[in-house]
Amino acid sequence: MKREEILQKYTPELENILFILHDLQDNNPQHYLSKEDLEAVANYLNVPYSYVHGVATFYSMFSLKPRGKYIIRVCESPACHLMGSSNIIYELAKLLGIGIGETTSDGLFTLELSSCLGVCGVAPAMMINDEVYGNLTPEKIRQIIEEKRRER
Amino acid sequence: MPKRLDVLICSGAACISNNSQLIRKKLEEVIAKEGLQEEVAIIETGCMGPCELGPVMLVYPDGTFYIRLKEEDVEEIVKEHFLKGRPVRRLLWETPEARKIAEEKKQIPFFEKQFKIALANCGKIDPENIEEYIATGGYEALGKVLTEMKPEEVIDEIIKSGLRGRGGAGFPTGLKWKFTREAQGNEKYVICNADEGDPGAFMDRAILEGDPHAVLEGMAIAAYAIGAKQGYIYVRAEYPLAVKRLEIAIKQARKYGLLGKNIFETGFEFDVELRMGAGAFVCGEETALIASIEGKRGQPKPKPPYPAQSGLWGKPTLINNVETLANVRHIILSGASWFSSIGTEKSKGTKVFALSGKVVNTGLVEVPMGITLRELVYDIGGGVPNGKKFKAVQIGGPSGGCVPEKYLDTPVDYESLKELGTIMGSGGLIVLDEDDCMVNIAKFFLEFTMEESCGQCVPCRVGLKQMYDILDRITRGEGREEDIELLEKLGKEIQTTSLCGLGQSAPNPVLSTIKYFREEYMEHIKERKCRAGVCQFKKEEKLETAIEKIKDII
Repeated sequence: MKREEILQKYTPELENILFILHDLQDNNPQHYLSKEDLEAVANYLNVPYSYVHGVATFYSMFSLKPRGKYIIRVCESPACHLMGSSNIIYELAKLLGIGIGETTSDGLFTLELSSCLGVCGVAPAMMINDEVYGNLTPEKIRQIIEEKRRER
Repeated sequence: MPKRLDVLICSGAACISNNSQLIRKKLEEVIAKEGLQEEVAIIETGCMGPCELGPVMLVYPDGTFYIRLKEEDVEEIVKEHFLKGRPVRRLLWETPEARKIAEEKKQIPFFEKQFKIALANCGKIDPENIEEYIATGGYEALGKVLTEMKPEEVIDEIIKSGLRGRGGAGFPTGLKWKFTREAQGNEKYVICNADEGDPGAFMDRAILEGDPHAVLEGMAIAAYAIGAKQGYIYVRAEYPLAVKRLEIAIKQARKYGLLGKNIFETGFEFDVELRMGAGAFVCGEETALIASIEGKRGQPKPKPPYPAQSGLWGKPTLINNVETLANVRHIILSGASWFSSIGTEKSKGTKVFALSGKVVNTGLVEVPMGITLRELVYDIGGGVPNGKKFKAVQIGGPSGGCVPEKYLDTPVDYESLKELGTIMGSGGLIVLDEDDCMVNIAKFFLEFTMEESCGQCVPCRVGLKQMYDILDRITRGEGREEDIELLEKLGKEIQTTSLCGLGQSAPNPVLSTIKYFREEYMEHIKERKCRAGVCQFKKEEKLETAIEKIKDII
């Protein structure tokens, strides 16, 4: 969907800003908000660019730099931490060859940390885009990543 | 027509992550192959509770409870159980203490001590079907208040019930309603706070995913009581399934005339819209949440004025948490005296707890207030796994504290927990065992609040960073003798001078671990010893640096 079409889905009121930013980001193949996106939102809602930038950077789910097709968000809450999320992050980083906040060179995966995903019963857990994966082990992670690579 | 068997498959987020959807698909296939479509109903429900054992499935009328299902088990269950009436015993819950296989759900200790009000429908009905909700008496309470009660009577009933906010602070719900009703202004709002962010707490998610109409009905009753026409549910973007089920529920309620204009033909008008967060913990604080709905950065404001006087767009606003709202319809239908007969003197009703960490049965449980921590951790939770020794239970997330073994017989209610230096909070219970270092745990929670601080006020922004640095050096073996006193002093100052609840409660995990585990701090500082073996006392290799190194090798 084009940027203008997305904006037109919402009335130009400030209360829609989070919806608009989510929608723009979700519809961007690189899952991020570009400078042009922020400018367009500022114009549409009739607020300064700095305001939109301020909102977009306040919330951790918005990214201002391009990300991969699959965004891996490893839960970093205490329940997951106790059950070994550090090993999971380590394993993912090793497997993908990237650090936290980085994207693989083929543009497939971005590795991020997340606050509590609310599935503490199956800790350690992560989300890939909208899908939740729990009871993670290094073995399980290798399978998931291989599967995603095949799906690409 | 009722079918011979009802098969309930848990489709809470945890079971879905364990492939419950595959089980459902396979079940449909096998049932079709055996020609049982007319005899067996498959129903997807919300969370049933024991997440660790997922995917779980409940078969009625006999109440057989299957755990840890795999796709390849399905054929056997259909052929043996559904066709020949012989439950597949190897897939039932074996309780370790009794070494007994539970033939029926009610024989399982995990469920035995529970008392479900807020979770009454979770795991029992299909949350995407309003008719199933209505069949459990859904929207009857709304009908009752609209046709038989004055708004003041509704408020009185809630006050009499003794219901207190389940989101953390435990403020009496009825009083909040009364203040908002009495506030000046024609336009008022009801907001459901579904920005459940406390690490270790996932009850709101389960209610939204498992029984979304209970929340909508609670909001509508509240709206009638305070005189509002519009409501908002502010839900975390981390919960896409909850968002989806709420959207469906709102649509269905509108279609059935239970939201919108002239509800129950009484002239009462009320509608609900969803608002989504975007990953900011502080937005669970009510004034920050309001700012976020208004399209601003989610930064808290000083109180007073309270939202009841000046909330959303400056109008009187009632903000209640998900679990609080889910209790409302039961109070209206069964009465305040019934509700207040459950629980303790000052904490009425039940509380949902999320059990996680080093405990056998992780998951979601609802118990009467006043149950002891020991019952929660041992009788329901099944104790600590792998023969390890219990060390503490962390209650109330980053605003709460750690309770040691000595106080496990404390009854769980708002006041008793406060006396122990922790809070009820939203009800996350993280069990810690001998392998967990208390200093490290305190540091971990502080790191969380430090990162989530909105940065507006100095005590929280700068103070937490200072506390973190001190803890960091203690865990690196560079602690100084005066550090413990320094932490206590700083912590108390941050508690008293921060602008909002985040800062005011952020030192709790540190202060409570110092209170109960001072000797562990001393060992770190004086002997460079970590009895749990977590702190290595080397120059700490940060995870990020470790990852950088691996990258070089690759």
